[in-house]
Amino acid sequence: MAKETTPEELVNVDYEAPKKDWTETPVEFREGMYCYGSRPVYLQEVGFPNPREWSPADEDWKLPENWKEIVLTAMEERLSKYRSFRVFMDICVRCGACADKCHFYIGSGDPKNMPVLRAELIRSIYRKYFTIGGKLLGKRAGARELTEDVIKEWWYYFYQCTECRRCSVFCPYGIDQAEITMIGREILNLLGLQTDWIGGPVANCYKKGNHLGLEPHAITSNIEYLLDDIEEITGITIEPSFNRKGAEILFVTPSGDLFGDPGTYTAMGYLMLLHELGLDYTWSTYASEGGNFGFFTSMEMAKRLNYKIYAEAKRLGVKWILGGECGHMWRVLNQYMDTWNGPADFMEEPVSPITGTKFENAKSTKMVHICEFTADLIKHNKLKFDPSRNDHLNVTFHDSCNTARGMGIFDEPRFIIKNVCNNFFEMSSDATREKTFCCGSGSGLNAGENIELRMRGGMPRGHAVKRVQEKYGVNMLANICAIDRAVLPPLMDYWAPGVDVCGTHELLANALVMKGEIKRTQDLRLEDLPGVEDDDDDDDNNEEGGE
Amino acid sequence: MGIFFSFSVVVALTVIAFAGVWIPGMQYFFGVVIPYLAVLVFLVGVVLKVAKWGRSPVPFRIPTTCGQQQSLPWIKHSKYDNPQTTGQVIIRMVLEVFLFRSLFRNLRTEMNDGRVTYGSDKILWLAGLLFHISFFIVLIRHLRFFIEPVPSFINMIDALDGFVQVGVPHLLLTGVLLVAAGGYLLFRRINNSQVRHISLPADYFPLLLIIGIALSGIIMRYFVKVDIVSVKAFTLGLVSLRPRTPAGIGAIFYIHLFLISALLVYFPFSKLMHMGGVFLSPTRNLANNNREVRHVNPWNYDVKVHSYAAYEDEFREKMKEAGIPVEKE
Ligand code: HEM
Ligand code: SF4
Ligand code: SF4
Repeated sequence: MAKETTPEELVNVDYEAPKKDWTETPVEFREGMYCYGSRPVYLQEVGFPNPREWSPADEDWKLPENWKEIVLTAMEERLSKYRSFRVFMDICVRCGACADKCHFYIGSGDPKNMPVLRAELIRSIYRKYFTIGGKLLGKRAGARELTEDVIKEWWYYFYQCTECRRCSVFCPYGIDQAEITMIGREILNLLGLQTDWIGGPVANCYKKGNHLGLEPHAITSNIEYLLDDIEEITGITIEPSFNRKGAEILFVTPSGDLFGDPGTYTAMGYLMLLHELGLDYTWSTYASEGGNFGFFTSMEMAKRLNYKIYAEAKRLGVKWILGGECGHMWRVLNQYMDTWNGPADFMEEPVSPITGTKFENAKSTKMVHICEFTADLIKHNKLKFDPSRNDHLNVTFHDSCNTARGMGIFDEPRFIIKNVCNNFFEMSSDATREKTFCCGSGSGLNAGENIELRMRGGMPRGHAVKRVQEKYGVNMLANICAIDRAVLPPLMDYWAPGVDVCGTHELLANALVMKGEIKRTQDLRLEDLPGVEDDDDDDDNNEEGGE
Repeated sequence: MGIFFSFSVVVALTVIAFAGVWIPGMQYFFGVVIPYLAVLVFLVGVVLKVAKWGRSPVPFRIPTTCGQQQSLPWIKHSKYDNPQTTGQVIIRMVLEVFLFRSLFRNLRTEMNDGRVTYGSDKILWLAGLLFHISFFIVLIRHLRFFIEPVPSFINMIDALDGFVQVGVPHLLLTGVLLVAAGGYLLFRRINNSQVRHISLPADYFPLLLIIGIALSGIIMRYFVKVDIVSVKAFTLGLVSLRPRTPAGIGAIFYIHLFLISALLVYFPFSKLMHMGGVFLSPTRNLANNNREVRHVNPWNYDVKVHSYAAYEDEFREKMKEAGIPVEKE
């Protein structure tokens, strides 16, 4: 759909809101803007309610008989369990500061994509059933009846929110539509209203340990492919271990990095770095997913999937856990894991075995971000680089929403990139760090059938990259997120053709001068390094390494 | 449109007060009964509401981080946008409550020549801040009617507020600012199509009511002057719980008082509770230190999980074949 709609057409967005009251504008399901409904087997596998064949395009959604009671009871329960939900329902002053901050609103101009209206979709029901004013005054108090159309509207718009929290940065009270969307989706899940693209990975992850459903032997063989490539590029043979008891460190990363380009290059980066350090670490095939699509369904499901990480750390007897580059994975690890499945008192406070640095900020969860780990190594001069190997790249950095606004890891990846690349350029400050824009496909919206939504939501990011492409000739968009690595390439093809996408540790491994490596003539993508002669067998200059 | 409804309600309240006080005996009702009731509803309502919020737990520590986290000692930590300690959280909150820090970030997003652009937009922040500061100072100044002798700090505020020294009595700036800033916020609500689209009667009503209160106050001070000595005798009577029906105070005073009473009654049931809510917002009032200090969810419960044993049972043969160690051979 979006492929047919050109970028020139897509930017015709009108921000003038209609005169008509939004409650009188029924939801219209536009193809390309929503995901397929989940097939029943996915729901059955994890025990989600109301599994059945359905499509959002159907008139009849086959809701359970008592759907209304389910929704109202669920709302009541969550109002009493989450202060966030209750306070956010009560205190919005509709100042509109958040309105034009959402990438989906910017990309679509649909007023119901203003974060404040997205919240009003559920707040209007809250007023009707849980406040005196709403009960007495009805519409005049901004209240409305709960109908099936309201449920459809919730579904449509709660799956047009990537839970990116940009609105929350600008709201004077920090009202976080991501939190409201999460609760809204959780309630929809009670009616069996799940998307196929989220349902599948959740079911896979529950049984097989990862979203892609890679079985143990598939994980090892996928990694072997990567090792072959590494050997070809560097001449070094790497033998990582799997499910090894007694390892010092458990390494967990999103399974996406083991599967598709360019995520696989990042995984090669991890393998090379950890080998070069001689780190005593292991992969796990059971806890083979750092990401957590359960987080896009319900808190309970998220906790059920997340359980494996600590359980595996305990079984293997590791001292601490190292986590790869991923966005929502780190929101979960940083803000939820310890609360759900801790305390992790069977491990030790993380200490880098190479530099001796104590990661004080992770002393309770015992989980360290690989960018924290690597930045510390570089600061202590433990790694040798030849950044000129990245000289053909003009790099910019995309902050992922979750690591930006649910953690605040900004300078670690930048420090790494600046040490391994000579050409780094920032995008405009309106689109980076805490104000960063979503890739448009987060929170499980990275399906194929909603491609127009994704291109629209990614418009602000696309334009920001386009600007640095024009100004500095940027041709590489680095990031620290597996979803980004999967979804930014098509986004760039659409909005800023010619810009490629990579993980931070791919750049690092390209530049990493490893002990005993052959002269590198290829980058991790097996593409020839520009300006390097293939048959030059003089090894000396390998030893120099750059700073 | 919501604004007409809200406007009619404010007008109706004014008319009720204006007409009411001409009815014999109703002066006591409007001057004493209503204000006492209003204060009671306000206090009880606010306390109940805050208690309701306070009683609902905070299962997860979910601050919205707006700056660099504290990690390695040599990386500059953005203390107040991403606080790690309670002290830093307090400063973040002070910045929010007194300076509207988040609103200060406001940008205006536009489409120019097919590109999304972001312009600085501080007017909302400025108008919002002026509106609240003026409201606050006006409130403080009013303490002179409730305390005898008048504390010197109130006289000082009065003097500062009236420093332009025009007119008799001196023009107090905050009253005018309150109307001006409130007027701008109202104008913005009507003029900006996005904000108009999201606005409810409950958004126009408090603005109109507060502007109404301020206007009736201004009229009383500069135009239809009322006998300040009797007003003070009356207000002192109210606070000392020995209320006396005021004699010889003009109808305009009753309008002012009645609108204030309406605001007090309305307050606990409305968005005006943002005054309390801002302090309780979990995305702002918590430290981003989950990985350092464990946060406990009071209703955490056990969930059904897929154990390693079950996993190995399913894949044991495949694991052995791939050379992955297993627990049970
Ligand atoms: C801790 C105290 C308070 C804080 C931090 C606070 C903060 C804010 C902020 C940030 C806004 C949004 C920006 C704006 O539209 O001005 C706002 C709006 C508003 N506040 Fe407050 N406020 C407080 C107390 C009060 C009180 C006591 C009142 C009146 C009784 C009040 C009345 C309003 C109104 C009417 C609006 C909406 C303005 C509009 O329609 O645009 N606030 N407040
Ligand atoms: S910025 Fe906050 S208070 Fe203002 S409209 Fe948005 S959610 Fe409501
Ligand atoms: S969380 Fe992000 S996607 Fe959702 S409403 Fe807010 S800005 Fe939009």
